[in-house]
Amino acid sequence: MSVRYFVPADTTAIAVGADDVAQALAAALETRGEYGRIVRNGSRGAFWLEPLLEIEQHGRRVGFGPLSAAEVDAIVALPPEAREQHPLFLGDVEALPWFAAQRRLTFARAGLGDPLSLDDYLLRRGFDALERALEMAPEEIVQAIDDSGLRGRGGAAFPAGIKWRTVMDTPAGQKYIVCNADEGDSGTFADRLLLEADPYQLLEGMAIAGLAVGADTGYIYLRSEYPRAREVLRVALAKAEAAGYLGSNLAGSQRSFRIHLRIGAGAYICGEETALLESLEGRRGMVRAKPPLPAHQGLFGRPTLVHNVLTLAAATTVIADGAQAYAALGEGRSRGTLSVQLAGNVRRGGLVEVPFGVTLRQLLEDFGGGTRSGRPLRAVQAGGPLGAYLPESLWDTPLDYEALAAVGGMLGHGGLVLFDDSVDMARQARFAMAFCTEESCGKCTPCRIGAVRGTELLDRVIAREAPHSELALLEELCDTMEQASLCAMGGMTPAPVRSALAHFPEDFA
Amino acid sequence: MESEQLLAQLLYQYQDQPGGLLPLLHAVQADFGYIPADAVPPIARAMQLSAAEVEGVISFYHDFRRQPAGRHTLHICRAESCQAAGGEALVAHLQARLGIEPGQSSADGELTVESVYCLGNCACSPALRIGDATHARVDIARLDALLDSLLESAS
Ligand SMILES: Cc1cc2nc3c(=O)[nH]c(=O)nc-3n(C[C@H](O)[C@H](O)[C@H](O)COP(=O)(O)O)c2cc1C
Ligand code: SF4
Ligand code: FES
Repeated sequence: MSVRYFVPADTTAIAVGADDVAQALAAALETRGEYGRIVRNGSRGAFWLEPLLEIEQHGRRVGFGPLSAAEVDAIVALPPEAREQHPLFLGDVEALPWFAAQRRLTFARAGLGDPLSLDDYLLRRGFDALERALEMAPEEIVQAIDDSGLRGRGGAAFPAGIKWRTVMDTPAGQKYIVCNADEGDSGTFADRLLLEADPYQLLEGMAIAGLAVGADTGYIYLRSEYPRAREVLRVALAKAEAAGYLGSNLAGSQRSFRIHLRIGAGAYICGEETALLESLEGRRGMVRAKPPLPAHQGLFGRPTLVHNVLTLAAATTVIADGAQAYAALGEGRSRGTLSVQLAGNVRRGGLVEVPFGVTLRQLLEDFGGGTRSGRPLRAVQAGGPLGAYLPESLWDTPLDYEALAAVGGMLGHGGLVLFDDSVDMARQARFAMAFCTEESCGKCTPCRIGAVRGTELLDRVIAREAPHSELALLEELCDTMEQASLCAMGGMTPAPVRSALAHFPEDFA
Repeated sequence: MESEQLLAQLLYQYQDQPGGLLPLLHAVQADFGYIPADAVPPIARAMQLSAAEVEGVISFYHDFRRQPAGRHTLHICRAESCQAAGGEALVAHLQARLGIEPGQSSADGELTVESVYCLGNCACSPALRIGDATHARVDIARLDALLDSLLESAS
């Protein structure tokens, strides 16, 4: 009877010891003379359980974690019927409440098998959507994306269907699909997880987008901070091309789609789509004024569809399952599922995919389990460095784009960073300004100069050198940045600053 | 001489790639450890740019170095999720133990410390990276152990 052992080869899993666990496992199997296959799968995204070891035997797959290498040998030694007694035994991981309460679509495959195995991918409905798309007219594909209600997952939440249609309707000629894998927001790792656990899904989504809008070339712009994702993608691209799922004869259709992988160079602003295009063209990542929209004049001046990793991945779900099934989930104008990332001072950190509409409190408490330090949870930053800090009074807000915006928040790319009561909100406000100083592209004055002034002002506040009246100056500065910045870097840096001031005034006194 | 040949090879490889300057700079840095000043004029010629344009690109991106780094580089995450989980205490400990701040190298050239803003390990903050090896859920004891083995292997 063959036994399979699963130990993720995901960046975070490895960062907490998964390679050591895999080594200990190989050694334990060898000394015991046991036969067993070790699969280095992607992570399921339950990072609080990493390093996770799963054992599949007699049709049952059970987990142990979080594990240290020293504990592996004893687990391997257990006869199957005695495994349940082990203190780290988790049973069927998907039956844990943390998983059972999720609705996984985009992350349905994550962590189940070898991310680079095309057979594993095909076994789990891989390329079903591409096969369907090849039988659909471009107009039908675009209509399905439109009907699904899918909105961009990168931060701006713009309806995807409108963008696809705009690019489709530009005159035929060279067009591009650009995947934004710059994932710069602190507290986010969903793109990285997907790229490392299920890379073919992204490639499939890009190929479908290419068929729909008439583009035969794609670029993935991946941040340099993700060396493992880069390696997985490099191999995935080569294998997909060799198997005919990319290249000049897409799945036997005589249609062509190729993808190039490009690496960023450590600039947060290059996540902004026009700065990203400048960077792809080999220049400084300076934000472009709009219009022209990238959909009309994007990469190398050609019509370009720019999407986040998760948006392109979700396109495969929409095409495979149908627009109606996708649109049936969610709340208000936020359809489908949201990939929340629980981060910071959190007990059960990881990737939680749920239909839009769950409350912040459900995520922080039911899924997150509160702080890892055990101290009271005081503030949550939603939506990355340009997102607001939210106090407890706002945690009953449902997570959809409009509901969060109504309380001054932003969902962004879905990151939630938890802070306990040791946080100093004046310092967090200062960091927001300092980060903007560091990462501003420098094109417009309100952002470039405003952030420097804001940092200096908050330094004086923190040193208790500023009279309280200077906080009024800070508000004015925020007004200017919001009203006169060219992009959301300068335009939304005031959000964390203002929310800290409004909700935690005692820290500025 | 050898390095000139290496550079010539890289220029040949990237000069016709659309928007190839970033991949070229990455390749130069991977091979030389930094972007040497005397590589800039040939890079500019090959990419049909002015030297000032190439300098502008190099200075814009945090990844590109104009000076060689230490034998090891430690990237410590300074972004919000790691702040929330005790990351700044690690920075303070690095300063106390090594006497250098992020952006500096130790006097013996062994270690360069750099700030980084998110390594995508935020579910297990705080995080840092030494070379290509990432470590998460790092506390001061773990940081000390990592530094010990790093600096020991050096001597
Ligand atoms: C400062 C700044 C940083 C951004 N960073 C990212 C990023 O890292 N990843 C991303 O997908 N979108 C990012 N965006 C949003 C993009 O500009 C753009 O809206 C997105 O790539 C469009 O894809 P979507 O429609 O799939 O969301 C950023 C925007 C701004 C203003
Ligand atoms: S707001 Fe800041 S980042 Fe955006 S264009 Fe202006 S200077 Fe550049
Ligand atoms: S903020 Fe440090 S790893 Fe994301």
